[in-house]
Amino acid sequence: MKGILSLLVNNRPGVLNRITNLFSKRNYNIESITVGHSEQEGISRITVVVQVDDENVIEQMTKQLNKQIDVLKVTDITSQSIVARELALLKVVATSQTRSEIYALIEPFRGSVIDVSKESLTIQITGETDKIEAFIELLKPYGIKELARTGTTAFPRGTQRSTNNKSLSIV
Amino acid sequence: MTQKAVVAEKKVGKTKKSGADFLIDGLKKQKVEVIFGYPGGAVLPIYDALYESGVFHVLARHEQGSIHAAEGYARITGKPGVVIATSGPGATNIVTGLADAMIDSLPLVVFTGQVATSVIGSDAFQEADILGITTPITKHNYQVRKPEDLPRIIKEAFYIASSGRPGPVLIDIPKDVAVLEGEAEADPEMDLPGYQPTLQPNYLQIRKLVEAVSGAKRPVILAGAGVLHAKASAELKQYAEQQGIPVVHTLLGLGGFPADHPLFVGMGGMHGIYAANMALSKCDLLINIGARFDDRLTGNLASFAPEAEVAHIDIDPAEIGKNVPTKIPVVGDAREALVQLIAQNGKNPDASEWIQQIKDWKEEFPYWYEENGNELKPQKLMEMLHEKTNGDAIVVTDVGQHQMWAAQYYTFNKPNAWVTSGGLGTMGFCVPAAIGAQLAQPDATVAAVVGDAGFQMTSQELGVIAEMNLPIKIIIVNNHSLGMVRQWQEIFYKGRYSHSLLPHQPSFVKLAEAYGIKAYKVTTIDEAEEKMAEAFKTDGPILLDMNVTPDENVYPMVAPGKGINEMVGVKK
Repeated sequence: MKGILSLLVNNRPGVLNRITNLFSKRNYNIESITVGHSEQEGISRITVVVQVDDENVIEQMTKQLNKQIDVLKVTDITSQSIVARELALLKVVATSQTRSEIYALIEPFRGSVIDVSKESLTIQITGETDKIEAFIELLKPYGIKELARTGTTAFPRGTQRSTNNKSLSIV
Repeated sequence: MTQKAVVAEKKVGKTKKSGADFLIDGLKKQKVEVIFGYPGGAVLPIYDALYESGVFHVLARHEQGSIHAAEGYARITGKPGVVIATSGPGATNIVTGLADAMIDSLPLVVFTGQVATSVIGSDAFQEADILGITTPITKHNYQVRKPEDLPRIIKEAFYIASSGRPGPVLIDIPKDVAVLEGEAEADPEMDLPGYQPTLQPNYLQIRKLVEAVSGAKRPVILAGAGVLHAKASAELKQYAEQQGIPVVHTLLGLGGFPADHPLFVGMGGMHGIYAANMALSKCDLLINIGARFDDRLTGNLASFAPEAEVAHIDIDPAEIGKNVPTKIPVVGDAREALVQLIAQNGKNPDASEWIQQIKDWKEEFPYWYEENGNELKPQKLMEMLHEKTNGDAIVVTDVGQHQMWAAQYYTFNKPNAWVTSGGLGTMGFCVPAAIGAQLAQPDATVAAVVGDAGFQMTSQELGVIAEMNLPIKIIIVNNHSLGMVRQWQEIFYKGRYSHSLLPHQPSFVKLAEAYGIKAYKVTTIDEAEEKMAEAFKTDGPILLDMNVTPDENVYPMVAPGKGINEMVGVKK
């Protein structure tokens, strides 16, 4: 299963090293990790997506992360109602024949073209991981020259619904 | 008052000093009794500040010796052991000790020198990324960027090392930071918003445990080193007696509960006593107090305590449920939890049959070995050691067969008298750790029980023992081999003794004498009786090279991968 942990950490030298080190030390697999400033000065938010066998592993990860002195808060948001987004940049082969087809794919996914050259288009797309992956699949036949994904960043929604049906949004 | 005046007044509390002087101040403020260290280029400014500081410094003969000595000191006192090492090789030489202290939860504060900030990252002379290297084996580590940060960092380091679950903290100080001056308050506030160890256990969890105990038929307490760290021996005894619950110890917990107490079952685990492993295997309630369910204790987890409801009291929440599913988690200090449990004074379990069963196991399957005339059996040696010290010594061991024999045969009746490397299993630990233990308690009798192989890993620390005339009694359990490796090769590798036999040895007697330490070679029981009696009457250090039966094995034993209910060698 996939687990998502949201961390608030002191923005100090070596902190990211301590966290990623902990994952490799304990033999946990990181699928993606994003780091950036949070709403508070000097405090960063880290979103870690992990691939685990069961929930016990996520609980153990949470506890181990909590032990780090520079980790202020760890929230396991795996089963919470969350907003999660990833950004991907794709450079895709675009000839005069395929160009309009590609544009037609971009539109429903609300991607945008951010660079154009004679042979290629560079597209920016944001959304949940599933959406990004669906989009990549659609573009593969045209020839993806380069792909860069940021990994998921996330936090809980303002209101937590009582049920856990995670709706996929295309926005 | 003008704004300028306010600023001026605020500065009154601040003093201007070099980083090295802030360090010395910090050590004094923490009432550090002894530092174990080794100088070098990057720590020259620190050693210069030490020179006339009045701080007591012990010069080890190798950095590894300094950190194991600090561990021995920390194990006996419960206070952080303090180490100073230089950058590069000095720092990398203490890595084993940090890993050892981390896994055995020993408080240390370790200062390493670092190359000057201007050249960090340039592969400068004696540069090592010690922060990166030690991140997974320290509770926390720092690199000091400004001298004025040192007072706060030192205060935090001592607090982190000794509170909650103790552990090592490393402070890396670039050379220029030690030289430069900064302005700081003498006693700054700590800035640790992410560190709040839970000491007081949750009342509802305590109640659950009380209920579980009252309904249990076959309860057992598994007491680990957490009891010793929490100084909870008296409370453990009081609680076990109040509720009538038998107590099993882990290797590191020995001494937390008196071994001569009727409720004491014995040590559990790979070379534990049959009764203890059966008690763990057949219990219906297992109360773990301050142990971490290490694999050497549990054996195969699939067959560990299969019928038991598990309660686990631990100051580190991450230990609860890590290896063994736990029904009643109690996060908190072992002493606080025991005090609350005693106050609850719950209904006692109906466990008379169970206690009788354990008694029967103990009587039927005690530790055993075969005597053979005057041949010096290592087990006999440990019994003799107990007798000659009235069971009153601090016993420090290395790792391997002799360690297990000491654990099995030196019945520990009081806390903080047992210093051993448990989790990491570090050979070479004994001799330097004995130095730390002796300095922690100068009047105590310290017996350093060490194998012939492990002794050769850190024997250079004899220099410290001789120089300071520390009255340590070094007992080499000499079987001319890496005994435990040899034992495993005999049992699991068809007797193919690949690089585990040490027929060529120096004369340990002459080696000791070269350092100015009195020494005897001993080959029989009679000689052992005589020389050991003399040793414990001698004021200064002494080394006894005890030539024991070379092919003796440690039994009983749980083979790797087996359950602890599948012991072999339980009877003659």
